[in-house]
Amino acid sequence: MSSSQPPKADLFVTCIIDQLYPQVGVSVVKVLRRLGVEVAFLEDQTCCGQPLYNSGYTKKARTLARRVLDTFGDSEYVVVPSGSCSAMMKVFYLDLFRGDPEMLKKAELFSSKVYEFSQFLTSVLGVEDTGSTYQGTATYHPSCHLLREMEVRDEPKKLLNSVPGLEMKDLPGAETCCGFGGAFSIKFPHISEGMLADKVDNVIASGADTLVSCDMGCLMQIGGGLSRQGSGIKVRHLAQVIDQDSPSSR
Amino acid sequence: MADIKTRDFSAASAVSILDPQLRKALAQVGTGFDAARRAAIDEVSQELWDEWREEARQIKIHTLDHLDYYLDLLDQNVTKAGGHVHFAKDAAQANDIMGELVRTRNIKVATKSKSMVSEELSLNPALEAQGVDVYETDLGEYIIQLAKETPFHLVAPALHKTKEQVAQLFTDKLGIPYTEDINGLAAAARIALREKFLQADLGISGANFLVAETGTLVIITNEGNGRLSTSAPRIHVGITGMEKVIPSMQDLAVFLRLLPRSATGQGITSYVSMVTGPRRADDEDGPEEFHLIIVDNGRSKMLADPDLREALYCIRCAACLNICPVYQKVGGHAYGWVYPGPIGAIVTPSLIGLKEARDLPQASSLCGACREVCPVKINLPRMLLHLRQKSAESPDSSERSAGLVPNLVAGGYTRLMRSPSLLKLSHTWGRWKQNVWAAMPFFPLTKRNGMIRKTSLPLLSRWTRSRDLPELPKNAFRDIWKKELSQDKDGR
Repeated sequence: MSSSQPPKADLFVTCIIDQLYPQVGVSVVKVLRRLGVEVAFLEDQTCCGQPLYNSGYTKKARTLARRVLDTFGDSEYVVVPSGSCSAMMKVFYLDLFRGDPEMLKKAELFSSKVYEFSQFLTSVLGVEDTGSTYQGTATYHPSCHLLREMEVRDEPKKLLNSVPGLEMKDLPGAETCCGFGGAFSIKFPHISEGMLADKVDNVIASGADTLVSCDMGCLMQIGGGLSRQGSGIKVRHLAQVIDQDSPSSR
Repeated sequence: MADIKTRDFSAASAVSILDPQLRKALAQVGTGFDAARRAAIDEVSQELWDEWREEARQIKIHTLDHLDYYLDLLDQNVTKAGGHVHFAKDAAQANDIMGELVRTRNIKVATKSKSMVSEELSLNPALEAQGVDVYETDLGEYIIQLAKETPFHLVAPALHKTKEQVAQLFTDKLGIPYTEDINGLAAAARIALREKFLQADLGISGANFLVAETGTLVIITNEGNGRLSTSAPRIHVGITGMEKVIPSMQDLAVFLRLLPRSATGQGITSYVSMVTGPRRADDEDGPEEFHLIIVDNGRSKMLADPDLREALYCIRCAACLNICPVYQKVGGHAYGWVYPGPIGAIVTPSLIGLKEARDLPQASSLCGACREVCPVKINLPRMLLHLRQKSAESPDSSERSAGLVPNLVAGGYTRLMRSPSLLKLSHTWGRWKQNVWAAMPFFPLTKRNGMIRKTSLPLLSRWTRSRDLPELPKNAFRDIWKKELSQDKDGR
């Protein structure tokens, strides 16, 4: 990052944060601004196409991907508070446009600008200590796409470990999927909830009072399971934990 | 071919997931097999392991790119060693070749070491129809043969059976006094099978590898039954898929390091049997005849599809089953045919048709754990996506198999997401609906603490049956941005 100009990041907020967890988006903006990033939100954005792509509807996914490429054509950085949406845009767009050299070139350029939130903080801004504090104990669920497609393994943990007041607990079976999988959770609810049950047991066994992740899809699933069990364990996006004045609800 | 019940995946998996005994059995694949695999890799170091994986992958890529050449070379060298090679284009032809062999050689009893391809072909019923008594000699296979079941797992076919069940089975079928002592049960099987080995005219084996440069069939086992099946009877027939060929003995070395470690965590299996042709003049024992049946049965179609070819690199170690959170929940039988787990979800639709097995590639959260453990680095999630794409969009109507509801949902979703203003409108409408519905007694939505607890709406009810759902907030992020966060007129 150049020292003279502040980096400019366009936030790709993701559908699920936009529609269901807007306060996560607020935290992302606050953290980025606190760290000196010039943040913008391009209002023409909608969905990256991941749900369609994962269900095999590649033509429809391409329609949405083209919108994204048009909307974010001039971006310096695109910051995405989700492992799976960022993987869609950084990794799978290249597959999606494999047969179209012109679009592929666009997708490759775009791909190089896409960063998942924790990845942007650590590898672009070079930050490990975000200067926030948090009172409590937390455990971290690494989402599958963040881990295995984005290959972001330690970054979120480094950020969490540097938060004074926050005690991190180990999550047994951390790298096992929570069973969300987008449409999978609706198509095969019985399998999805079987996988969820194991995850919920492990989160409870960790002894933490807060579950942190970088994907609200997983947190909707695990949080939904915890809430159904009447557990008091809170679920938080990483950005909410490192945003000092995050509201404590949800 | 083996009975196909892939259409029942959803119902069968819903039943198996609730079976307490299967829960117990399946817990072992993680704590047993997968833990052993990890320990074996730690022993050699992840770095070296990844080098081996890459080496093996390159061998598979090369061999399958030149498969015609290596099959021809294999044919020549098996023949040179005194054996006979038969190529079968499908299950019927493979079983016919075998049928011809047993008729002309007047064979009455056959012993068999473990072979997934023979399960795929339904070879046993075909032989029994010819009046041949076939005995499975791998202990796990023997158990499921007695129980008249199909393999539950690629490496451990009787994984789902408790020792109590095996004890009862052996009492019923072998007439031994009831015992739950595992060594006692294994000894009973050994006694019963030893007699069959001595009676058998025919020994049938699969193959883990076929070495082209020497014409050698390689099987790795832990029970010695493979060695006996291939050497005691007067005729040995090896039967396997055409993708099992590798160029040289040198290439075999890396696979012998990868396969046992990936399957059971062993540095090497108890037996590595290599068969090159029948018994030679100066050999003390061995079969008089050696035949090799090389089966296509849909594999050349996979070979021709650049997006599915990779599935032919598979060495059937089952590491992907052992790590798969879906397999760990539903087990092997729910997959409805011979090959279960992530690799089964790719191979099965490729071999029996996507329409027949359309649920299998969908039944994955695409978590990617399978790709991470695969010893030949097969990109399984990408192939699942490819099959989903065929299901939704293939111009070939025999492959296109997505249901009406997913098609409608995908269409509606695309329409919605093409327009930010429509998205905004639907948020407002959804929130209004949610509040109206929540205010209605008994129907169709219940809220508590900002979470939707229960709803009878289609699709959404499939979520809320076990999970709470956050209610739509008053403002979407885009509204909050406009009102509170945007710092200047053009959105910056």
